Amino acid sequence: MRRIGVFVCHCGINIAQNVDVEALTKYASKLDSVVVSKSYKYMCSDVGATLIKDSIKKHELDGVVIACCSPRMHEHTFREVVSDGGVNQYRLEIANIREQCSWAHSDREKATKKAKFLVRSAVAKAKLLESLETSTLEVNHDALVIGAGIAGIQASLDLANDGFKVYLVEREPSIGGRMAQLDKTFPTLDCSSCILTPKMMEVANHPNVELLTYSEVTGIEGSIGNYTVKIKKKPRYVDVEKCTGCGDCATACRLKDRINSEFNMSRGKRGAAYMPFPQAVPLKYTIDAEHCLFLTRGKCGDKPACREACDQKAINFDQKEEIVELKVGAIVVTTGYDLLDPTSMYEYGYANSPDVITTLELERLISSSGPTLGEILRPSDQQKPKSITFILCVGSRDETECTWCCRIGCMSALKHVYLLREKLGDDVEINVCYTDVRSYGKGYEEFYRTVRGMKTNMFRGRPSEVQNMGDHQKIDIFDTTTNKLFEITTDMVVLVPALLPRADAGDFARLLHLTLSGDGFFLEAHPKLRPMDTFVNGIFIAGCCQGPKDIQDTVSQASGAASRVATILSKEELEIDPLIAAVDAEVCTGCGICVEVCPYEARVLNEKTKIAEVNDALCTGCGACIAACPSNASIHKNFTKKQLLDMVDDII
Amino acid sequence: MVEGTKESKKSEFEPKIVGFLCNWCSYAGADLAGTSRIQYPPNVRIIRVMCSGAVDSVYILRALLEGADGVFIGGCHPGDCHYLDGNYKARRRIVLLRDILDALGLEQERVWIRWISASEGQQFAETMKEMTEAIRKLGPNPIAKQWDI
Repeated sequence: MRRIGVFVCHCGINIAQNVDVEALTKYASKLDSVVVSKSYKYMCSDVGATLIKDSIKKHELDGVVIACCSPRMHEHTFREVVSDGGVNQYRLEIANIREQCSWAHSDREKATKKAKFLVRSAVAKAKLLESLETSTLEVNHDALVIGAGIAGIQASLDLANDGFKVYLVEREPSIGGRMAQLDKTFPTLDCSSCILTPKMMEVANHPNVELLTYSEVTGIEGSIGNYTVKIKKKPRYVDVEKCTGCGDCATACRLKDRINSEFNMSRGKRGAAYMPFPQAVPLKYTIDAEHCLFLTRGKCGDKPACREACDQKAINFDQKEEIVELKVGAIVVTTGYDLLDPTSMYEYGYANSPDVITTLELERLISSSGPTLGEILRPSDQQKPKSITFILCVGSRDETECTWCCRIGCMSALKHVYLLREKLGDDVEINVCYTDVRSYGKGYEEFYRTVRGMKTNMFRGRPSEVQNMGDHQKIDIFDTTTNKLFEITTDMVVLVPALLPRADAGDFARLLHLTLSGDGFFLEAHPKLRPMDTFVNGIFIAGCCQGPKDIQDTVSQASGAASRVATILSKEELEIDPLIAAVDAEVCTGCGICVEVCPYEARVLNEKTKIAEVNDALCTGCGACIAACPSNASIHKNFTKKQLLDMVDDII
Repeated sequence: MVEGTKESKKSEFEPKIVGFLCNWCSYAGADLAGTSRIQYPPNVRIIRVMCSGAVDSVYILRALLEGADGVFIGGCHPGDCHYLDGNYKARRRIVLLRDILDALGLEQERVWIRWISASEGQQFAETMKEMTEAIRKLGPNPIAKQWDI
């Protein structure tokens, strides 16, 4: 008979307030096979661990049940504890009496009763748990970073400098991401290009980094240590080996200055042969297949003008999409964010007037490399505006749009106020309609104070409407600090839109088997303790794809993710969980159903013996073959039918 | 449960529900409900499985025969399965199981399968409230009683 020990954690008062832990401990002590039952305030502490280890020795335990928080939280911690104590780590079962009991049920009597059933069921399983040994898996030492904004660049550089080979994939023609679109960064007013472009160059020229621009991830297989990733290289129709970046093709393009430039947030124009911005990396041109006359209509004048203009004969309309396969050990996802299109919020009049713009559009107008070369001109008449009004929280902190705070809106607007004062002097009136000014970072509050002192009219409230009056905009706003209704007449309105997950974040999450949080951003494994990890081992997230954040936090998180990846890649071998499938050869009839249901091709039917086999390296332990096997020959280690049925019996 | 008239017994009836939740989505969703301190009836007792596709019909039938008044299977949303298509396997299995429930004289509504993601703590709690009330209305599991005799 097994000798099981039950350890009940109070979790401070988290469990103890709604579950009578003493009654639960006493109840557990009377269960069959339980030889010791103890409770302690914090079982995960050093004292708790010692209590478990000492009990294992004293009572010669060969199975352990810990009634505590979710196994998703501390199973790993407790496995180490029981292993240290001398019991095989897979002979541990957790009864989740915190997340799924004490926190969800405030009725103490009922919660205690439920906790008893959960512990009884866990003991039933523990009685049958087998000792298992981890196996090892060789690790591929290369890394993949998806998305080459500042987060992806930072993660790639960190890993490359650690000596790992990094594939950096970017779907746009150039790396740089959102940060490349910015003029200055808050609160230090560093020139964004001046701090970003050297990093772009460094990553592009690093001997350990292979850049795959204009490329997208289309498929992924394998698991931690050994991923196989399919990358689609979109045709640029430009031979990057030959292209010198001279720009003759762009000058010659018949659609020159006729297509909205995405980089300039449609505030500037480009041709079908284009480079997104002058500092692009790689410094190569791309032909936009969606617009190019030759590619869409098969005809561009007599001959394609770009091809004629190119001395290097770099234009090649025969280029085809290419699929490359990469093998990597770990992945960092840094795919960034989208901004809310304010058109949907009609009250702000974004669609009604060219003079209502967004912060990122203003950013391009302020930038000396932008469409107006840094001159602030009102879009409708190209005149200098006399009054500019910012509206913060457009869609943010709004239950009808995005409930969350975009975390960069206040500071980016304040930065713009500063830059506008610098460029336009005191001639311009600046109004800011805010909800709260959130200046939470290092040096942010100080920057806010500086800007407040720059003749900025602050209105606390959300405008009810922005009306286009032709040569000016009229804004109605109720200021909650003075309890007065104001009517603001202004030349230009700048909306600070909410920060959104990428429009295709859901599809991408599905591709990589990542989980989304309620807001649609990628979900981290634990908000505090594993903020860069995902639930998929070996895949990490950093930057705004995880949630809104500023550049400081993005860079920190990217370095953190790189370090998490290095922990994996620096190992020669990884231990893999033995909780996978096995076959009882005595019982197997060789029907082959398990081969059919296995999603990972981990099942094979041995042609000679006519018995199914499991490829341990490919099996992920999903259990599909176990439920499908008609003869009970499939075994899911430590999730066996007998174990599960005994759990069912004892949970009722 | 205390003795009483049939009427009062029914009003005091607390259904026993066994939940099989997949590790990646629904179990995490149930954890999130707890972490967010969202309250729901304690009638559901959860068994963690790696995937809803690993829930054998035998587990469900055993639970019902042993006296569970309802069985809940929670998986990832269609297309979101951590193991590609385990949730589809689970869904097909439940459809087939319904015929067996009919044969046993059990209401099909005693077995629920729902998709709950790791971020849907609220959804999990709502579903548990809804199921507890639905099973309460159905009354105790009739075959469990016979088993006791």
